[in-house]
Amino acid sequence: MSVHKSRPHDSGPLHVTGEARYTDDLATPVGTLHLAFGMAPVAHGVLKSLDLAPVRAMPGVRLVLGPDDFAQMPDVSPSPAPEPLLCTGTVQFHGQPLFIVAADTHLQARHAARAAGIEIDELPPILTIDDALAAKRFLEEPLEWEKGAPDAALTIAPHRVQGRIEVGGQEHFYLEGQAAMAVPGDGDEMVVHASTQHPSEIQHKVAHALHVPFAEVSVQVRRMGGGFGGKESQGNALAISCALVARKTGRAVKMRYDRDDDMMITGKRHEIRIDYDVGFDDQGRIAGVLFDHYVRCGWSADLSLPVADRAMLHADNAYNLPTARIRSTRLLTNTCSNTAFRGFGGPQGVVGIERVIDHIAAELNLDPLDVRRANFYAAGAVGQTTPYGMQIEDNVINELVQELSDTSDYTKRRAEIADYNARSPVLKRGLALTPVKFGISFTLTQLNQAGALVHIYTDGSIRLNHGGTEMGQGLFTKVASVAADVFGVDSAQVKITATDTTKVPNTSATAASSGSDLNGMAVQAACKTVRARMADYLCNATVLWHARDADGHDLLDRDGKPDRREHSFNCAPADLIFNGDMVSDGTNTIPFWAAAQACYAARISLSSTGYYATPKLEWDRLKRSGPRRPFFYFAYGAAVTEVAVDTLTGENRILRTDILHDCGRSLNPALDIGQIEGAYVQGAGWLTMEELVWTPAGRGNLGGALSTHAPSTYKIPGCSDRPKTFNVALFQNENVEDTIHKSKAVGEPPFMLGISALMALQDAVRAAGSDVMLDAPATPERLLNAIETANGAGW
Amino acid sequence: MSNKMHIKMNVNGKDEEFLAEPRELLIYTLRERLNITGPHIGCDTSHCGACTVTIDGKSVKACTMFVAQASGSSVTTIEGIGTPDSLHPLQEAFKEHHGLQCGYCTPGMITRATKLLEENPNPTEEDIRFGMAGNICRCTGYQNIVKSIQAAAVEMSSAKEAAE
Ligand code: FES
Ligand code: FES
Repeated sequence: MSVHKSRPHDSGPLHVTGEARYTDDLATPVGTLHLAFGMAPVAHGVLKSLDLAPVRAMPGVRLVLGPDDFAQMPDVSPSPAPEPLLCTGTVQFHGQPLFIVAADTHLQARHAARAAGIEIDELPPILTIDDALAAKRFLEEPLEWEKGAPDAALTIAPHRVQGRIEVGGQEHFYLEGQAAMAVPGDGDEMVVHASTQHPSEIQHKVAHALHVPFAEVSVQVRRMGGGFGGKESQGNALAISCALVARKTGRAVKMRYDRDDDMMITGKRHEIRIDYDVGFDDQGRIAGVLFDHYVRCGWSADLSLPVADRAMLHADNAYNLPTARIRSTRLLTNTCSNTAFRGFGGPQGVVGIERVIDHIAAELNLDPLDVRRANFYAAGAVGQTTPYGMQIEDNVINELVQELSDTSDYTKRRAEIADYNARSPVLKRGLALTPVKFGISFTLTQLNQAGALVHIYTDGSIRLNHGGTEMGQGLFTKVASVAADVFGVDSAQVKITATDTTKVPNTSATAASSGSDLNGMAVQAACKTVRARMADYLCNATVLWHARDADGHDLLDRDGKPDRREHSFNCAPADLIFNGDMVSDGTNTIPFWAAAQACYAARISLSSTGYYATPKLEWDRLKRSGPRRPFFYFAYGAAVTEVAVDTLTGENRILRTDILHDCGRSLNPALDIGQIEGAYVQGAGWLTMEELVWTPAGRGNLGGALSTHAPSTYKIPGCSDRPKTFNVALFQNENVEDTIHKSKAVGEPPFMLGISALMALQDAVRAAGSDVMLDAPATPERLLNAIETANGAGW
Repeated sequence: MSNKMHIKMNVNGKDEEFLAEPRELLIYTLRERLNITGPHIGCDTSHCGACTVTIDGKSVKACTMFVAQASGSSVTTIEGIGTPDSLHPLQEAFKEHHGLQCGYCTPGMITRATKLLEENPNPTEEDIRFGMAGNICRCTGYQNIVKSIQAAAVEMSSAKEAAE
């Protein structure tokens, strides 16, 4: 078996020697041009004039394209609502692309992009949720889902509290910035190399921009240096620009955003405000809850509707809400257009209910963990439904949390921390355990499909293609192990190749954690088709093959003739065993390559496609209530985080984190644990230190520039920020649904484990005598303010 | 152009000589002039460490050094640390202990870690936390990076003991 093993990442040997190539590392053809965008210097206003003559005069500049150079402005949007490549009248955000510069070098293009004469009649920008509410700038009508009669439940509940949490956005900070290169081919052909999670969309967008059929454009992606959702739609503008300039000049064209440009132009995680109103009993059991989500979408639709939907879909997290109403208002602002980011809105929804639970616990003076437990969905299949009408059938949260609280010594440490806090006037500790239940499937049902292509060569080596893209998550390693398992060969014999729209068409983005679920199944289907053909032939014929030495040369017999061997297998095709690089009926055994060679000689096709579509899904986002099923299954997990806060400065550390997470029967435990660790740290970073700040209106300007547009001002977790003690384990489980080898998706669910860090900080703030409920990110400044407020000295 | 400067440097054991504008950034010299693409560009502003190289025995971020400043020096990039057939213990450790995911930070991490282990052959967990503070990884959460460095340190000191 090659699955369920901790095989290292397939590109590891190339990464450690620097040989792994990313888009910006590809050798460029002679004469390659480099692009940069000229960007809007204000957040909102009417573009009066754009003088590009000074740009054309800059050294090295070969071509400049402004809005007037297009009869029809190319569209970069991933959604049905169009989004123009360049600003066509009204500037919508600070940094919006106004024109394209093509120059001999990257730096020349960037210098020239600063030289334009730009005249804009500035308008006051709509920046915040409040601004957008006041101006009634809605992306669509508020969406509302309801379960039962929450208003009545709230009225009769013994206790009731209301509150609000504001949660900031998050910059992806994929370490490799956005990059693309287009190389013109014969006639209308265009080859695009892009750092993208969604090659098919790039193909479609480029084809539209060039007015050619999809078949003329091929998109290749070997790997990305991180994606996290930020490369689902945000690479479209670069790829389209490269292709346009390549078509006009006949040269290869490359574009890579400088980090500052990247942070200013590309969308981020959606900032959200959540208002809640909850009724509950003396044990903290929720009778009904109302959630109002206010989602800051930025200036265009991008992926905001499904993101905001997914926040609503996770408003229950792991808790049974007998009655609930969830309303979501999607707001347009003059800021970059927010986009997919690991969890796709789910984390925002989960933060909301976790805050509610903490608020209930504070109100009743209970340990939040007891309130959590009192509200978990019941164990086993008991007919409980989510607020969006899906039956809960695979719930393991009760056992999982029990096990984690035991292994992490939660109860004992809770007492020790209380003791410590009683003795420690300045440093306060906090502890929190939070669960996650995350729905797996794209909520746009048609995206839940995948294709694969597998070839067996006559030396037994295997070449594999599928629609998924590799961004570090180890998808290729997992999928290769699935193929190796079908043929009973070593994974090393499976060559995985760059994702390529000419090999597998019409693919979905590698997103929604679905990469190995979808592509693993498609690859398995393709491999099983070829294996069945091979078995059919091998079991019904006398198999002839030539023995070979280790180098693949035919062995010769005493007469100098090829050493011919003959075998007949005595079993039904379905019983033929493919294992250990051999094919066998239990008695006769031949090498796998010999089987491939024999099949070839008998004119059996050794190549096949495979296809998979996720079953059971049924979803209508506009339906207010009633039974529905947006997800195939749920992934579960929980984390306990302990923090220490310096009450004089707000400075804080994560001292210890314990995680137990459900990956079903993990396809590759080491890769899954790596995903969990990385996701936790990223999630904790979002809620504790990563702060996006847009300049407010001030002297001489109306505000709206992202002032945290570089790692100097936007702090992502560093090596010294990770938990001092970090224990991560996989929960023993298998998927009740028929997924690839009973595994579960892992990319996004553990991101929400980071919420325990926010709640632990909240616990420490309470220990410091403050009942201020924290907004996120809970930066040292916010913590200090919360603590000082209790002393009457907040600001 | 006349304002070009005659630059000589040794890169990964090979002498290089060329004319360049003195303000050319070393990372571009390496990646574009010399086709050494292991050091990556992550932030362009010396905050992420993806471009880390070693210059005359010191860890340096190549995105914020002019080629003129590196003239006459000896530069080691990830390509000079080991080859696929003979990996440095750190390279072996990052590969085996899952010290990488997307791999974009890896060349800079390993290059920095070679210096860290030279400066301090038996670092504690705490030493590694701070010794690697200039290198950012967005994927791994650092856990396996620290483990990889610890494993390499053990491997290297036992190899050294065996040699002595
Ligand atoms: S690119 Fe040099 S430190 Fe980030
Ligand atoms: S492995 Fe992706 S940034 Fe470190």
